[in-house]
Amino acid sequence: MADERKLRILIAKPGLDGHDRGARVIARAFRDAGFEVIYTGCHQTPEQIVSTAIQEDVDLIGLSILSGAHRYSFPRIMELLKENNAEDITVIGGGIFPLEDIPKLKAIGIKEIFEPGAKLEDIVQWVRTHVKPRKAMVA
Amino acid sequence: MSVAQRILAGDVRAVARLLRDIDDQIPSARNILKELYPHTGRAYILGFTGSPGVGKSTLVDQMAMEYRKQGLTVGILAIDPTSPFTGGAILGDRIRMQRHFLDDGVFIRSLATRGHFGGLTKSTHDMITVLDAMGKDIIMVETVGVGQDEVDIANCAHTTVLVTIPGMGDEVQAIKAGIMEIGNIFVVNKADREGSRKTVRELRNLIELGLRRTGDEQWEPPIIETEALKGKGITELMDAVERHRQYLLENDRSQWEAVSQKRAKTQLLETLREEALAELLRRMGKRGQSLDDLVRKVAERQTDPYSVVQDLLQCELR
Repeated sequence: MADERKLRILIAKPGLDGHDRGARVIARAFRDAGFEVIYTGCHQTPEQIVSTAIQEDVDLIGLSILSGAHRYSFPRIMELLKENNAEDITVIGGGIFPLEDIPKLKAIGIKEIFEPGAKLEDIVQWVRTHVKPRKAMVA
Repeated sequence: MSVAQRILAGDVRAVARLLRDIDDQIPSARNILKELYPHTGRAYILGFTGSPGVGKSTLVDQMAMEYRKQGLTVGILAIDPTSPFTGGAILGDRIRMQRHFLDDGVFIRSLATRGHFGGLTKSTHDMITVLDAMGKDIIMVETVGVGQDEVDIANCAHTTVLVTIPGMGDEVQAIKAGIMEIGNIFVVNKADREGSRKTVRELRNLIELGLRRTGDEQWEPPIIETEALKGKGITELMDAVERHRQYLLENDRSQWEAVSQKRAKTQLLETLREEALAELLRRMGKRGQSLDDLVRKVAERQTDPYSVVQDLLQCELR
């Protein structure tokens, strides 16, 4: 009588800026979509984010950024996921990004970038379409 | 290496994924638990309960740091509520535990209640088994912070810490049945707030009135004042936990055995209840009997729940 598998999502804010309203809004939207959202608040290092994602066994990491720190933190997070054999975790970003950075981020494996003005229902729909709860460890 | 071997070797990725499978009630997780169970029984289990906002996560965070200083490893299960409307949850207790995120000696897992009542999740006992098997010395369980009746933790932990703050309630709250009866240790957190002494006094009266857990007359629950954010009172709380552990172990370990029996009984009965129901529903399905059908008949008063259950059990348990 297995329950339906729940999608687990980590919402994290890498870097030094302390504005997490956007992150909290998206966390709430994911909650309302029926997902389990782990929210860690501001000021996270890439190491902390990846360690949390692994301990919590999430399917998706959503990174919220306003400060420009993505140029350092996003590649570092992707590296650390690889080092920990956790590349199966999908990573998306939201916030403010210079247009020219977006292709670069996608090239390192960030699956999608949502800019200000993106509709919450579109983001939720994207997640439903692209991220499936992982399979059981032993069939 | 098998999954069980990876867990016993402390492989964090394997532990994290097994916890997920347990929470999702994947049947294969049971087989791994069977392999792990003989390797458990070593960890000390500490439960924290009390209303939302009293500072349970901060206390757990401070104590985890102290245990790490003593060279002990720590597992933390932090439970938050699931939305009854959407099935979703926001799990935010880690915010107050960030300094452990890079410490290999601390494993933190956030859990959502998923409709389970009593302060824990359906999966909590099994998850403790996994953290115990992976070698954690201390396992701290932070219950979902609601209600007056979330007393399951007392059947799960060696020591239950009941956390309150000044001004939470009056004398009537203090003599109601339920949560006030399960504390082995009482903490008055945010003790710098007005009314702290009064709260301590009320708790002391309550304890002296003999409203403590039955069969536990030897242990007088201590009341510890803390300011968790500043780390004040944590040493005293750690001492109280150690005294309670010693108390369980003294006199031929009779109290210790009693706690072990209680934990085993709860886990056994919960597993039985869950598996028996699953098996019953499976057998009904096999015979082409639909639960929805029975539900409809009961709702329309064509029959009643008591007769349905009686029939089902007579039919399936022969």
